[in-house]
Amino acid sequence: MTAASEIVTDDYKTKYGFADSTGYLDNRRRGLSEDVVKEISRIRDEPGWMEEFRLRALKNFMDRPVPTWGVDLSPIQFQDYYYYAQPAKETAKRWEDVPPEIRNTFEKLGIPEAERKFLAGVGAIYESQEVYNSLQKDLQKQGVIFTSVGNAVKEYPDLIRKYLGTIVPPSDNKFAALNSAVWSDGPFIYVPEGVKIAMPLQSYFRINAQGMGQFERTLIVAEPNSEVHYIEGCTAAMYQKSMLHAAVVELVAKKGAKIRYITIQNWSKNVYNLVTKRAHAYEDASVTWLNGEVGSGRNMKYPSIYLLGRGAKAEILSMAYAGANQIQDTGGKIVHLASDTSSKIISKSVSKDGGQAIYRGLLHIARGAHNVKSTVRCDALLLDEQSKTSTFPYMEVMAEDATVTHEASVGKVGEDQLFYLMARGINERDALSMIVNGFVEPFTKELPMTYAIELNRLMALEMTGAVG
Amino acid sequence: MARLEIRDLHASVEGREILNGVNLIVNQGEIHALMGPNGSGKSTLANTLLGHPKYKVTGGDILVDGESIVGLTPDKRAKKGLFLAFQYPVSVPGVTMFSFLRAAYNAVHTDEKNQAPTLFEFREEMNEKMKLLGVDESFMHRYLNEGFSGGEKKRAEILQLALLKPKFAVLDETDSGLDIDALRVVAEGVSKIAGSDLGVLVITHYQRILKYIKPTFVHVLYEGRITASGGEELSLKLEEKGYGWLKEQAGVVS
Ligand SMILES: Nc1ncnc2c1ncn2[C@@H]1O[C@H](COP(=O)(O)OP(=O)(O)OP(=O)(O)O)[C@@H](O)[C@H]1O
Ligand SMILES: [Mg+2]
Repeated sequence: MTAASEIVTDDYKTKYGFADSTGYLDNRRRGLSEDVVKEISRIRDEPGWMEEFRLRALKNFMDRPVPTWGVDLSPIQFQDYYYYAQPAKETAKRWEDVPPEIRNTFEKLGIPEAERKFLAGVGAIYESQEVYNSLQKDLQKQGVIFTSVGNAVKEYPDLIRKYLGTIVPPSDNKFAALNSAVWSDGPFIYVPEGVKIAMPLQSYFRINAQGMGQFERTLIVAEPNSEVHYIEGCTAAMYQKSMLHAAVVELVAKKGAKIRYITIQNWSKNVYNLVTKRAHAYEDASVTWLNGEVGSGRNMKYPSIYLLGRGAKAEILSMAYAGANQIQDTGGKIVHLASDTSSKIISKSVSKDGGQAIYRGLLHIARGAHNVKSTVRCDALLLDEQSKTSTFPYMEVMAEDATVTHEASVGKVGEDQLFYLMARGINERDALSMIVNGFVEPFTKELPMTYAIELNRLMALEMTGAVG
Repeated sequence: MARLEIRDLHASVEGREILNGVNLIVNQGEIHALMGPNGSGKSTLANTLLGHPKYKVTGGDILVDGESIVGLTPDKRAKKGLFLAFQYPVSVPGVTMFSFLRAAYNAVHTDEKNQAPTLFEFREEMNEKMKLLGVDESFMHRYLNEGFSGGEKKRAEILQLALLKPKFAVLDETDSGLDIDALRVVAEGVSKIAGSDLGVLVITHYQRILKYIKPTFVHVLYEGRITASGGEELSLKLEEKGYGWLKEQAGVVS
């Protein structure tokens, strides 16, 4: 581990919160209407069925009230956002072809470097558009598809029609409906039967303009006995006014397939992060969601896994950091609909400077699903008196032979732990971040090394209070 | 030669006065044993020396080479050369022994020019000290004190002592909870480390550790004061007679 003092040299503003010019918004208007949705569909040159999908979803969105549970969403003024912004002509295949200012932004965020070092493919999404995409040649040869959902609508319409909106129907919730109406880029990954992708694929999401809404749409289909490891990262420019990121992510893991999905969420504090993530896991498939939630001012995120076939496995491992003015309302949902399925939820939260971390989880074990095993563990750490945490672990266990364990704990950083480390010469700040990093270690140890270091660094950065 | 001086020290915990005027001088190279009944304030003295925030100095002073350290945070005191082997080392889940030792080693051994020891230097030293104390390699990958047996914890404390090379070490009942073999390893370890560069204050209830770590002075802490001081014979007398006889003397010697 690197000591926090060595690595915290910058704050969010200079490191991630900078903004590029926004000329691409010049002839865009704010607000949401049928016309806006039709225009998005027109700009993207979509087939009629896609436009219809959007319009049906828009109606659903309009008809629904804003949810009143979880975080307070009443400040969101839907007519104040931009719903679509296309900063580049097309998706570039080489970084040289990405518009210079945008390329520069991704350079600063270290994406091309990571690509060279350890990624099998990269997608870079800026506002509503995928501006860059690459995939290793040998994976292309094996039939792996890694492109944006937008491009896939045109290039692989059959696959998109078969899967899009089947895991998360537009009518699932208000924000899934919103996303379905105005969705823009996010990756479409298709892994053919038996193909195992050793190195991770990564997408990087960036929101740049004030008042921007980003509607990531991600779809991953893993055919039988295939494997894929996917990582998404996100940052945004910093403003007074809010930004909105409402994503829908759908995963399908067929028989014996493995999907590992990692999110390092580091939005600026002016972002509302309201996402619906769901996976279907068939016989002997395994799905893991790993969520590192450090950023955003208001976060509502509960990735879910439906275990549909015998022997399927689910894991949701999360850590959330809630600092000043942050509410991290996160958790997970696992639905056991088949026998011999197993699941694990581990949730770790850290609250500081009045931040609030909430765990909200649902474990459902259907009647008739035999020999189900599940463990749920939520641990919260409070770093001061002003900070808060609460847990809402719902359990619906309908099967009598299920083995379910549930543990929860709330702790404060012990004076004695701090004293012990400080008595060895370690200063208070480093001692504190050591204790916190240790606390979330059951989560970070599951990440590839680079991301574990990155996450610890982000938390250290937050804990020094340098972030405005 | 460095000197640790405890001058008429008064300290309280949660508003209760525990130390009532402790006077003690430990010079580098000397070994002092501190004995005394349960609850007499031995650990309180140790914690106060290192600056635990719960233990408030209400009077007197603690000086290292004539300079008061009472206003310093524990990390600064460690850098001045103070060390405490804890009676009850706490565990820190998720932090490996290796990363903890590295951080502590760097913190204490970073020189005036802000030059921290290299990873190579640290590893060399660590391997050497692990060998010296018979600590297994696998130790390094375990979480700090988490699930350590009593003996492993004490051994880990002495490993830290060996790595951090302080000027003054307080060993708070490092001998308790050890089996006979472990006691020998730990005690011999300490005596190898102790030399002309280290001043030691050994807090103990038993004579046996003093066989390995020969004290120059033995003191008795009683109700927050040192009520008797002497040579090794004092520890023998205590082992034989207990503390009862000190009751009559309490308040007379100070
Ligand atoms: N952190 C604390 N909180 C409350 N009381 C404390 C604390 N530390 C020490 N005390 C009290 O101070 C008194 C002295 O305790 P201390 O631990 O210093 O004794 P000791 O001489 O080390 O005893 P032992 O031989 O049992 O280790 C006791 O009455 C104890 O209860
Ligand atoms: Mg004690």
